[in-house]
Amino acid sequence: MAYKHFILVCGGTGCESSKADDIYKELISQAEAQGVKDDVQVVKTGCFGFCEKGPIVKVLPAESFYVEVKPSDAKEIIAEQIVKGREVTRLLYKDDKQKDRIKVEDIQFYQKQFRIVLRNCGIINPENIDEYIARDGYAALEKVLSSMKPNDVIAELKKSGLRGRGGAGFPTWRKWEFSRGPQADQKYVVCNADEGDPGAYMDRSTVEGDPHSVIEAMAICGYTIGASKGFVYIRAEYPLAIERLKIAIAQAKDYGLLGDNILGTGFSFDLEIRLGAGAFVCGEETALLKSIEGSRGMPIPRPPFPAIKGLWGKPTVINNVETWANIPVIITKGGDWFAKIGTETSKGTKVFALTGKVNNSGLVEVPMGTTLREIIYDIGGGIRGGKKFKGAQTGGPSGGIITEEFLDLPIDYESLTGLGSMMGSGGLIVMDEDDCVVDVSKFYMEFCVDESCGKCAPCRIGTNQMHSILERITKGTGTMEDLDKLEKIGHAMKRAALCGLGQTAPNPTLSTIRRFRDEYLEHIVDKKCRAGKCKDLVVFSIDKDKCIGCGLCARKCPVNCITGDKTQKYTINAEACIKCGECFKVCKFGAVLKN
Amino acid sequence: MPAARIEFSKGLQDFIQEWKDKPGNLIMILHRVQQEFSYIPREAAERLAEELSMPLAKIYGVITFYHLFKTTKPGKHRIAVCMGTACYLKGGQTLLEECEDILGIKGHEVTDDGLFSIDAVRCVGCCGLAPVLMVGNDVYGKLTKEQVPEIIAKYRG
Repeated sequence: MAYKHFILVCGGTGCESSKADDIYKELISQAEAQGVKDDVQVVKTGCFGFCEKGPIVKVLPAESFYVEVKPSDAKEIIAEQIVKGREVTRLLYKDDKQKDRIKVEDIQFYQKQFRIVLRNCGIINPENIDEYIARDGYAALEKVLSSMKPNDVIAELKKSGLRGRGGAGFPTWRKWEFSRGPQADQKYVVCNADEGDPGAYMDRSTVEGDPHSVIEAMAICGYTIGASKGFVYIRAEYPLAIERLKIAIAQAKDYGLLGDNILGTGFSFDLEIRLGAGAFVCGEETALLKSIEGSRGMPIPRPPFPAIKGLWGKPTVINNVETWANIPVIITKGGDWFAKIGTETSKGTKVFALTGKVNNSGLVEVPMGTTLREIIYDIGGGIRGGKKFKGAQTGGPSGGIITEEFLDLPIDYESLTGLGSMMGSGGLIVMDEDDCVVDVSKFYMEFCVDESCGKCAPCRIGTNQMHSILERITKGTGTMEDLDKLEKIGHAMKRAALCGLGQTAPNPTLSTIRRFRDEYLEHIVDKKCRAGKCKDLVVFSIDKDKCIGCGLCARKCPVNCITGDKTQKYTINAEACIKCGECFKVCKFGAVLKN
Repeated sequence: MPAARIEFSKGLQDFIQEWKDKPGNLIMILHRVQQEFSYIPREAAERLAEELSMPLAKIYGVITFYHLFKTTKPGKHRIAVCMGTACYLKGGQTLLEECEDILGIKGHEVTDDGLFSIDAVRCVGCCGLAPVLMVGNDVYGKLTKEQVPEIIAKYRG
C-alpha cells in the first residue's frame, strides 16, 4: 500500500514535553475519523533540531513545515491538507524578514548546517530498523565484515581525521589501534552516553533520533579490535533515549546484525545497556568504567589508558555518542570524503546544543571551521530581545567564555583551546548583557563542588575554596587579594588534579577573569553588579522625575516596602526591600532604577 | 542480628535473579529497587547485601556517591526544577524560590502531608524550553514565576 502523504512528528524530548505524543495520536485518530487513514502515514521521528519552535510537524511530499503545533491542530491538518490538499497556512513557519511561506531548506536556521551525525534525525522513525536500513543503515557494517580487514578500517579512520567528540579530541583511529594491538581473552567496546554538561543535549538527541547509527559503529569497532562485547553507558535521566536504544538493540538482534555469527560471517558482538545514576564525573572515561563495574565512579590515574587496560582490566575502546555516529558514514563514503570537511586539524562536523539568550535555541550541526558569529547570528537568529551579546560559553563547566572580539574565529579544537576554552561535548550557551560573569562562574563552580568525587585534594578542596571566594565577591565582601587567590588556586588545580573534571573546573573562572577583569573589579571595589544579577549589590530606587505616581509598583511589592501617593511620588525603603525586582519589571515608565 | 525482611515484589525478585551473576550489577539493581520504593530503604539495602553477598558498606558507598539514589522517601509528587545552565540563565532560580515559597519547604525536603518534595536538578535536557520544571514525569517549559502556583495547584487535588 502506497501512502500519498507522510506526516513526520518530532519525537525528541523537547517536543514530547510539549505534547508531541498527543499530536501524534490525534493525527492518527483524525486520519481514521476523516476516512483517510490509507492515504497518510504518521511517523514519530527524532529531533528536527529547531527546538525553539517546537513541537514541529512536517508533511511530505508537500514539504510543509509546521511549528508550535498543538494537539487541537491535528483535525485541521488532516481536514485541510490530507483531505483537501491545502496547507494550513497559519501553522507554517514564517521568517521575520519574509512573511510568506518559505521552503524548509531556505529557513535560516537550517542554512549553513551540514548534517552527518544528525543525518537521520527528523527523517526516520527511530523505532523502526527498516527505515534506518533504507537510508544505507548497516551498509557500513556489511562492507566491513565482507570486504575489509581490521587494518583497513583503521586506515580509513586515519584518513578521515576523525577526533573524539567528547571534548579532548583524541584521534579515534589511534585509540582503536592501541586496543587492537594487545592479545587478550576479552576486549570491550564502550559508548559514553553520559552527557552531563548542563545545557547540552546533542548525544541524547542522537540516541533518540538515530540509535542504530551508534549500534552499527560499535559493532564495526568490535570487529576491528577483536571485541565481542559492548556496553552503552547512558544517563538514567534520559528515559526516552534508553527506551529507543533498547528497541533498536532488540531489532538489530532479530535481524542478525547483533549477537552470534553476524551476517553469517562468524563474527559475534553483543551489546548491553548500563545506566548512570547522576554523577557528572562519570563522563570521565576511567570513572565511567568504574561505574559500569558497579562501583563508585572515581577516576584512576592514566596511564595505563583504557585502550590498554580498561573495563575489568581488559583493553577497551571508549568513544562518545557523536564520535560513534560519524563512523558508519566514514566507512560508506570513505575517509577522504570526510577529510574534505572541516579545517586543517579538525575534520568533519560538530553538533552544538545552542541555548541561552538566542532567538533560535536548538540542535545545530555545522562543519568544523564555522565561526561563532555564523552559529549565533545566522543560525541562531541573533540575541533575544535585541540585547547586546556578552559572551558564549563552550565546554560547559570545563570550558571558558568567548567574547565578541573572537566571534569571527573559525571554530575547531585548537582555536577554542587557544582562547582558554575547549570544544567540550558541544554545549554552546549564549549570554547577553543581563548576565553577570561572576555569577555564572559561581554557578559553574558550585556545579563542580557538587560533582567533584572527592578523591584528590586539589579538586575536592580547590573547588570549594574557589566557590567560597566567588560567593564573597558576589556578595560584595571580596577583596583584591581574593582575585589573586582565585587565579593561584585555579592554576594549581589545572596542574595537580587527578582527572579532567578537576583540571578544567577552574576554566570558567579563569577565562572570565581574563576577559572581564573590569567586572570583577566592579564587584570588589565599587560593590556593583552591572547586570543586576548579584542581589546583594543591587539597590532599587525610584526616579522622582519619571514616576507618575500610579502606584503599580507598590501594589506588586510582596513586602510592602514601597510607599507614596500621586502627589508625593513613590519611594522604596531599601532596608526592607528583598530585591525581587518586581517593581522594576512592572513599571511602564522606566522610573524604577536598578543599582 | 538477622536482617529485617522487607517485602520485594515478584518483578524485583526476578530482576535480581537475572542480574545476580552479572559483573557490575549493583547500580542496575539499585535503580530497580528505587523504582519499586521511590527511594532505597535501609532494609532493602540490607537484604541486597545478603542476597548479593556484598558488604553493606559497599552498597552504601555506591548509593551515597550517585545523586539519583535517595535514602529518604520523596514526596508523592516530585518537583524537579532544572538548574542546567540554560534554565539558570533564564530564571530557574526564581522558579525554585517560588516553589519553595508556595510549599514552605526547601530543596530536598518533603511537605508534611508527604505530597510534594522539591529538588534542584541538573539539566533535564529540554534546554530549548528553558526555564523548565518537572512534576513527576510532566514537563513544563518556558515558564514564568506567575505560572508556578497554578501548576502546583493541579497536583493538590
